[in-house]
Amino acid sequence: MLNYVWLGLIVIALIVAAVNGNMADVGKEAVNMSKTAVDISIGLIGIMALWLGVMRIAEEAGLIKLLARIIRPITSRLFPDVPSEHPAMGAMIMNIAANWLGLGNAATPLGIKAMEELQTLNPQKDTATNAMVLFLTLNTASITLIPATMIGVRVATGSQDPFGIIFTTIFASATATVVGVITAILLGKLPMFKNSDPMYAPSQQSTETE
Amino acid sequence: MGELFKNLMQAVSDWAIPLMLVGIPVYGFARGVKVYETFIEGAKEGFEIAVKIIPYLVAILAAIGMFRASGAMDIFVHLVSPITNLIGMPAEVLPAAFMRPLSGSGTLGIVTELIKTHGPDSFIGYLASTIYGSTETTFYVLAVYFGAVNIKKTRHAVAAGLVADAAGIFAAVFICRLLFG
Repeated sequence: MLNYVWLGLIVIALIVAAVNGNMADVGKEAVNMSKTAVDISIGLIGIMALWLGVMRIAEEAGLIKLLARIIRPITSRLFPDVPSEHPAMGAMIMNIAANWLGLGNAATPLGIKAMEELQTLNPQKDTATNAMVLFLTLNTASITLIPATMIGVRVATGSQDPFGIIFTTIFASATATVVGVITAILLGKLPMFKNSDPMYAPSQQSTETE
Repeated sequence: MGELFKNLMQAVSDWAIPLMLVGIPVYGFARGVKVYETFIEGAKEGFEIAVKIIPYLVAILAAIGMFRASGAMDIFVHLVSPITNLIGMPAEVLPAAFMRPLSGSGTLGIVTELIKTHGPDSFIGYLASTIYGSTETTFYVLAVYFGAVNIKKTRHAVAAGLVADAAGIFAAVFICRLLFG
């Protein structure tokens, strides 16, 4: 699907720019954003090293397994393909907690750690598993408890009620999370996505009780 | 009540990171982990992962940049606004809604402009603020997380992410209409 979205974005850009007569901007922006992409990636190195270092300690100390065990009642339902005491579970819960608290800088390295753990369970290394898709959805549609950036903008623009958006933001982001989780699980059951599931081998069919 | 909640959340976010950064090594030390050596081993991966992400992020961000620069967004807004008008979603916030999954900084720019024009405490001001916080930047998260482990076949991830984005935006319209409309 990313194939279509990606090609769609650039083809539409070319056609619209031809009509609008701003082709030069499109070319310039492609170059600029490529540079931005590298800046963002390089900028991640330090924070990534910091958290991956701390996470390695947490792993060695058995802390991640402990976390995984605590949240097992929820995660074993959401992620049936991941063994309930696998380190991936612990890394995922730390990422989700960081997201909810608005600790974006910590959330990304923790999420990447979780992805690496999920990848160790993946028999087909270039294809996303259902667990990966669901985990990604939990990140793209994460619950926001404190919309700090927006509160800042509202204060700066002279709002009488800068915090008035906290409840509406929690409501909207929680709705996105719930709908996203349900969608990810249901789409994973569609034949077209089920057939491409790396964890779905014909031998598993007979053991499925659903 | 709002003030107390805000102070509490501020304290949580101030303390959470330092507590984790110190608490985890202390716990590890108590469990007999060689904390310094182990930290270095883990931290070594940081560079490698950041470099791995680059091609994925270049692909996504360049395409989104081209799309934005072409002005294609205006056409989409024009096409969709008759439908979104029916659910009480003002046409003014449509660019913010469409931009949300594509670009965080792009959305922030649009939302800030809307708040300045209409006032932060207007219906559009509340709605635009809520839309910004309703979801993350789906395509950025996708590029970074899948890029870090070299996943190229993303299966239903884009679809699930976009459905969640749409749900977040409709929920924002619903709750803002109810409270501020």
